[in-house]
Amino acid sequence: MRGNLVVGGALVGLVVVTALVSLLWTPLDPQAVDASVRLLGPTSQHLLGTDKFGRDVFSQLMVGAQTTLYVGIVAVGLAAVAGVPLGVLAAMGPRWLGELVMRTSDLVLAFPALLLAIMLAAVYGASTLTAMIAIGVATVPAFARVARAGALQVLSREYTLAARAGGRSRWWIAWRHVLPNISGMVVVQSSVSFAMAVLAEAALSFLGFGTAPPTPSWGRMLQESQELLAVDARLALVPGLAIAAVVLGFNLLGDGLRDHFDPRLEARR
Amino acid sequence: MTSTPDSAAPDAAPGSGPIVSVRDLERTYRGGVHALRGVSLDVPRGGRFGIVGESGSGKSTLVRLLAALDRPTAGTVTFEGQRIDDRRESDLGFLRRRLQIVFQDPMGSLDPRMRVRDIISEPLGRTRDRDERVAELLDAVGLPSDAGAQYPHRFSGGQRQRISIARALAPRPDVLIADEAVSALDVLVRKQILDLLTRLVDEYALTLVFVSHDLGVVRKMCDEVAVMRRGEVVEHGPVDEVYDAPRHDYTRELIAAAPTLHGALRAPAGSATSEASAAGPESSEPEPPPEG
Repeated sequence: MRGNLVVGGALVGLVVVTALVSLLWTPLDPQAVDASVRLLGPTSQHLLGTDKFGRDVFSQLMVGAQTTLYVGIVAVGLAAVAGVPLGVLAAMGPRWLGELVMRTSDLVLAFPALLLAIMLAAVYGASTLTAMIAIGVATVPAFARVARAGALQVLSREYTLAARAGGRSRWWIAWRHVLPNISGMVVVQSSVSFAMAVLAEAALSFLGFGTAPPTPSWGRMLQESQELLAVDARLALVPGLAIAAVVLGFNLLGDGLRDHFDPRLEARR
Repeated sequence: MTSTPDSAAPDAAPGSGPIVSVRDLERTYRGGVHALRGVSLDVPRGGRFGIVGESGSGKSTLVRLLAALDRPTAGTVTFEGQRIDDRRESDLGFLRRRLQIVFQDPMGSLDPRMRVRDIISEPLGRTRDRDERVAELLDAVGLPSDAGAQYPHRFSGGQRQRISIARALAPRPDVLIADEAVSALDVLVRKQILDLLTRLVDEYALTLVFVSHDLGVVRKMCDEVAVMRRGEVVEHGPVDEVYDAPRHDYTRELIAAAPTLHGALRAPAGSATSEASAAGPESSEPEPPPEG
């Protein structure tokens, strides 16, 4: 139980630190092309070797962590900022509004996120921004559902009745009672959604609809290594393992946080 | 709205007229559950009015309607002659200050994420003397003055009910509804909270509506009682009269079922339960609710 939190936190922490360090320093310029050192194995200068253009894989991996976190933070932030108020509104507003929100979210949920991203990319051009927006929009229903379920739970408590009996408005109840009490659930959902956003970004970049070259991205590193799989599996393994580690990290962190919040809430009630 | 039908309630109101009045109240939930089937009663100003019945008898529904937290399917609720059952929330400000509730669940009735001082001052809204008022209220309910900075999980069940009571008293209400306010507490703590309620009701000259499944407690607290069963008031009158000479089988069951000295004397242990079940429901056929 506690292990999830520790391992997840460590994996996520590692990626965050890597991304932060890469802002200031990388061993080599991740975008420097050098035909004389193409497809090198690990050496003391190139810790994870070089790719088909002679770029340093380790440096690319470090800078790719930035892209991954950036996309995740913006996409999940967007989804949470839109989804949580919608979910609370669905729980507290008039019945028809709640139905509208939930049916719309069913609709969005039924629509493949990747397809949405590809459509956006087709219309506005492939970029990190379109990928982030597409992933964010596709993640809104997850937050709306969690927020609605949490809000309904809070509204069934007597303290919200007491607040009404004390003459407090719906806005007050939403702000002072509902939001603080569903914050734990929202944090858990953020962690899980973050893992999904990372995967989606990697998939989009792999397909060429995400981060545009030359900005390093784990998904594109995978794509570029595709034709060389038989020659040098290392080039696919490095970004692949990095993606797996981050996704695992955020999922474990989400599980760990869930365990962390639940018993505490029980004890506090 | 002025021509309400005459109620059968005995007019034992001290002072002028009832403060809360209910006529032919019905509440049907979605799915066809008839929580209330034509309830009429008057709560006299300054009185201590008990509402007793088992869980599922409609007590909690009635409380919510008395406090205008829910709308009746039919019938009226008036507070000092003003109808409150058909008002919008924005027109209920006067009631929110004058009628307050202490809820049953000492856990669920306090927001775990709010400090005690914010909980207590919640019904006050924006006032300059908030801190003084909170200190005053903490003192009134017998909690230490540093309790305000704490979160509710730090307190025991009895202390939490004290916090609930302090919150209810904050806007200086005239009517206090205690909805099973001591039912979740153990016997010793229950007595302390009951004593506190009695003292506060006297001190602030409150009208008390005391809702409980426990007729013994109601007898201690109240001077008038309405016995509810399946959404109806089956018996109603001065509490000693109802207790000593119950006219309805169901009231006799309630008295017999109560683990009190009185009950024990009336029916020796062992036979008490069989007697109660032998009495049984006098009519399983629900009567059609009277026209409102």
